[in-house]
Amino acid sequence: MTAPLVEVRDLAKTFDVSAPWLNRVVERKPRQFVHAVDGVSFTIERGKTLALVGESGCGKSTVARLLVGLYAPTRGDVRFDGQSTDAGQNAGDLRALRRRMQMIFQDPYASLNPRWKVLEIVGEPLREHGLATDTESLRQRVGELLLQVGLAASDVEKFPHQFSGGQRQRISIARALATQPEFLVCDEPTSALDVSVQAQVLNIMKDLQKSRGLTYLFISHNLAVVRHVADQVGVMYLGRLVEVADKAELFSAPRHPYTRMLLDAIPDIKMSGRARTPVQGEVPNPLNPPTGCAFHPRCPHANARCSSERPALSVFKGVQVACHAVQEGRI
Amino acid sequence: MNTTAPSPGRLARMLDSDVWYSFKTSPMAILAAVIAFLCIFCSVFAPWVSPYNPFDLASLNLSDARLPPAWMAEGSRAHLLGTDGQGRDILSALFYGARISLLVGFASVAVSLVVGVGLGLLSGFVGGKVDALIMRICDVMLSFPSILVALLIDGVGRALFPNAQETLAFGVLIVAISLTGWVQYARTVRGSTLVERNKEYVQAARVIGVAPLRIMLKHVLPNVMGPVLVLATIQVAAAIITEATLSFLGVGVPPTSPSLGTLIRVGNDFLFSGEWWITIFPGAMLVLIALSVNLLGDWLRDALNPRLR
Amino acid sequence: MNSSPLLEVKNLRVEFATRRGTLLALDDINLSIAPGEILGIVGESGAGKSLTGAAIIGLIEPPGRIASGEILLEGKRIDNLPYEQMRAIRGKQIGAIFQDPLTSLNPLYTIGQQLTETIQTHLPVGAAEARQRAIKLLQDTGIPAAEQRIDQYPHQFSGGMRQRVVIALALAAEPKLIVADEPTTALDVSIQAQIISLLKRLCKEQGAAVMLVTHDMGVIAETCDRVAVLYAGRVAEIGPVADVIHNPSHPYTVGLMGSIPSMDENRERLLQIDGSMPRLNAIPKGCAYNPRCPNVMDRCRQERPELFDAGATRAACWLVSPEVQTVRVNA
Repeated sequence: MTAPLVEVRDLAKTFDVSAPWLNRVVERKPRQFVHAVDGVSFTIERGKTLALVGESGCGKSTVARLLVGLYAPTRGDVRFDGQSTDAGQNAGDLRALRRRMQMIFQDPYASLNPRWKVLEIVGEPLREHGLATDTESLRQRVGELLLQVGLAASDVEKFPHQFSGGQRQRISIARALATQPEFLVCDEPTSALDVSVQAQVLNIMKDLQKSRGLTYLFISHNLAVVRHVADQVGVMYLGRLVEVADKAELFSAPRHPYTRMLLDAIPDIKMSGRARTPVQGEVPNPLNPPTGCAFHPRCPHANARCSSERPALSVFKGVQVACHAVQEGRI
Repeated sequence: MNTTAPSPGRLARMLDSDVWYSFKTSPMAILAAVIAFLCIFCSVFAPWVSPYNPFDLASLNLSDARLPPAWMAEGSRAHLLGTDGQGRDILSALFYGARISLLVGFASVAVSLVVGVGLGLLSGFVGGKVDALIMRICDVMLSFPSILVALLIDGVGRALFPNAQETLAFGVLIVAISLTGWVQYARTVRGSTLVERNKEYVQAARVIGVAPLRIMLKHVLPNVMGPVLVLATIQVAAAIITEATLSFLGVGVPPTSPSLGTLIRVGNDFLFSGEWWITIFPGAMLVLIALSVNLLGDWLRDALNPRLR
Repeated sequence: MNSSPLLEVKNLRVEFATRRGTLLALDDINLSIAPGEILGIVGESGAGKSLTGAAIIGLIEPPGRIASGEILLEGKRIDNLPYEQMRAIRGKQIGAIFQDPLTSLNPLYTIGQQLTETIQTHLPVGAAEARQRAIKLLQDTGIPAAEQRIDQYPHQFSGGMRQRVVIALALAAEPKLIVADEPTTALDVSIQAQIISLLKRLCKEQGAAVMLVTHDMGVIAETCDRVAVLYAGRVAEIGPVADVIHNPSHPYTVGLMGSIPSMDENRERLLQIDGSMPRLNAIPKGCAYNPRCPNVMDRCRQERPELFDAGATRAACWLVSPEVQTVRVNA
């Protein structure tokens, strides 16, 4: 078995959200931290798609940004094709590494500079990495990229506001593909799009994956979309991974109580009216996470151990679960 | 599959824009623009537009001194707005004076724009201690009245360079006025930069690996210039008035190139002897320029405000 | 069969006057809601569904205006009422729930004050009884410790809790109709499920009808009795929920249902509808869907179809018009 393309070990990111120094001194407030990502580990095989799902505040978007280098990790290690992406590395190597991974963002309206033409937007990575130096070759390369995502080569002269949301997202994809990366991090790429447009974009992404052997990290809160695109699924809650499993396994036999609750809660057009267990509670404030297992206040199977000891992500019958009750065989 | 229309040229886009439409349908904006344009035109081309050169000592004739405006008794057609104590034609003096005033006004706005936008971008983009420092400097500068700051710098400049050449005196004056104006730009741009910095196109540029300076200048700067334009228009009027005040107080432009403020001061002395035109006309010109530029700035702010459209 | 409908919308047209001409945002909308029924209005962005809700509540702002048509509540016209009369109806007969719970509540007043103000405006009760009713409403909507929390401010509640308060506010004056515009879109998935079941239960208890405007078909499937599918400001199909989802007649509905990834199917590619919804200033002649329709006929490009009966639903499509049907039967 070949080595995985992406390896993440004990990744963590803590944000300091304390009040300004003066306020803290005058009002005697303590420093406050948010552990947006709290020890996350996973691997992604070449050519596969790992989806990270979870609700707001679970840290999935932060993980995406940690992987592409928009944030520096507080601790932990990210390895791409065996090489660490630590900032301490040689700058030239790091740059070459970064060329091989790119990102697609959620908001099609904010992810393209409104004052730049499409030619400049999609051509920027080509220019930056020296892949196309004169205007003619730039124009040609950009035209080819646009054709690959289903737009016309003549669109290079247009501005983003002349396109619809779905078309803008395709321009984003074209930009991400410019440096011919192997790994794409997609942060909710279709959440802001209408359903029929979403279908277009998802189909394009799947086609591109097949034709280019791309590896995806797909962030989403929409389990139905995840089921359509992913090979493996990781469920996050309050900055931790609670379950990682192959798609079929996760959707047919979810283990972690949170995963079960999520799957039960989704309104689905083909499966309406089914019996469900009612959902309890809400996602806790990340400034004040529960002790032990983060899910225990909402969990119908929690016991004393759950409120004091944090469960580790360990393998159980072929899936990775972080749950005492599952590991003890109680559920 | 794609059916978007072909892209129109730049001029066509401008003419079709909401801003131009708002201009066409606002009589006030059109009037203000016409007046401002006329003033600026006459000032820039003063040597060709004015009937005389009031600062050419050789052409002055003392016997023409203190002539009232043409429509009054004793006035003469040769001097439409009368003459001053030394026989200088007021109308020509207006144009030449406005020229100086506008020069100083635009130059100081240009300088404060560059300084203010630059510092604001830096402050918003880099954040942290740099941001805190620059903002505290802004706070300090705002607590001084602008005239006092200008007087101070002017005074210091004169003390340092007592035999200042004309251009040096101008330079000091422009620096003095611009140092009071940059704070507005810095604050506005900082706010906009903070918003744009978190937008995803900036993050995309970072992921691509673009250097921060390039991101600041090529991505963020074009998107924060909108409010700056409005501010600059209004600040031109403020700068002209500040310069006029300083010149009125005698610490502005050198007396050899009088601006409107200098003319007002000189004319003030004649007010009590009933020769009102020597001070009133320069004053009126000043008001006209400042008002028309201000009105343009007001219209521009409303036109660029997406909520009002 | 049924008693007269609670709400009837007849030939509603809403226009926007812009400097480039008049845009027709809603074009001949016809629908009705029976007492106690839940009608879903679904469509993609730009279809006009929020505008329909706004027209019924009377919240269309200039330059928009109701150009023609009628809106009847219990047989009486409400679209042409003066402001004061409409204000009395709004709140007493029609309650509203909007998308963003943060901006729906006034941050400067306690929720108790906001609830009692609404109750006392529309019902002849004193302050003490109003407060009791408010506490009961909060308890009904599942807010724990209602007697203490009634004196708290909106910012002290989480997003899901706030939306419950908004529902309580909407139901406070015991209205007959609730217009809910994307009530769950801004909420986490697990909270969505709670809010949907809450809305259903309370409306059933009070006998209130609901007009649920959303782009999420899953929510419609779980909640509604009937659904209207909007496209480019017109009704494309309307009928019972199960029939519209499983047996749609209009090609747009077919495409829409096919492009939604579902939890119980495994498809390689999602059905995609090429192109996008036309902008208001570029609506095609004849049937608005004709450029994208796989079954387009010449007639579709010339004449606009009305709503024809198509089995259990009604669809605005020439394919199901009586003439075509008779041809089919006779052939």
